[in-house]
Amino acid sequence: MADPMKIRASAKDGITEVKVLMSHEMETGQRKDSSGNLVPAHFITEITAEHNGRQVLAGQFGTAISKNPYLAFKFKGGAKGDKLSVSWVDSKGDKRTDEVQIA
Amino acid sequence: MNNQRREILKAGGGLGLFGLLAAAGLITPGEARAEWNKAAFDAKTIDETLKALGATAPANSADVQLTAPDIAENGAVVPVGVVSTLAGVEAIAILVEKNPNPLAASFMLPVGTEPSVQTRVKMGQTSDVYALVKAGGKFFIAKKEIKVTLGGCGG
Repeated sequence: MADPMKIRASAKDGITEVKVLMSHEMETGQRKDSSGNLVPAHFITEITAEHNGRQVLAGQFGTAISKNPYLAFKFKGGAKGDKLSVSWVDSKGDKRTDEVQIA
Repeated sequence: MNNQRREILKAGGGLGLFGLLAAAGLITPGEARAEWNKAAFDAKTIDETLKALGATAPANSADVQLTAPDIAENGAVVPVGVVSTLAGVEAIAILVEKNPNPLAASFMLPVGTEPSVQTRVKMGQTSDVYALVKAGGKFFIAKKEIKVTLGGCGG
């Protein structure tokens, strides 16, 4: 199971800014290991964010996203103490959801 | 919305309906969460990718800004941001022309989400990077060349 995400969400002037750092190797499937074998692809394919249960972002990643992906976005609304959850699914079907309170 | 999605998934048998919808373009947020757009992510050229996203002949727009360094020392981690001043932005995609598969990421923005995303991408070599924005049913694009001194895809 993957490590938790680091999520920071802060509300200011009616806009909530979210920064997410995921922990994932993001293997492209094009890299070879030391013995010359291709390392199979393993990467996050989908990411979604919900604010109090309402979806505020849906993203799809390809293999070109860097290892331990970083993502920042903003949405209108959101108050201190509201719940913000971020979920991802990877190409092997692994999933992870983490939740924070908006600061 | 989750219920609706389940219904649609059930009705569409997963890939069939969704594959078609996804191939026809970026699905409008709020309606359903799109299945991973394999056709677009597997495309090998910018033109193929745009076609798979349903974005034929997007207009160059000064209202789409791509923020990225002019020179990236490490191609494995290139910070890229897309901001737009267009109204009604529904989707944003980031494409790296000379990567094996140009499409790096696509985002669907429900109403209320600001047209502003930042992430980090891998770049194998110096390349043009494109920001594609869908607003009001139309596609707009901006590009910027990023020079890479150390490729991100070497083993």
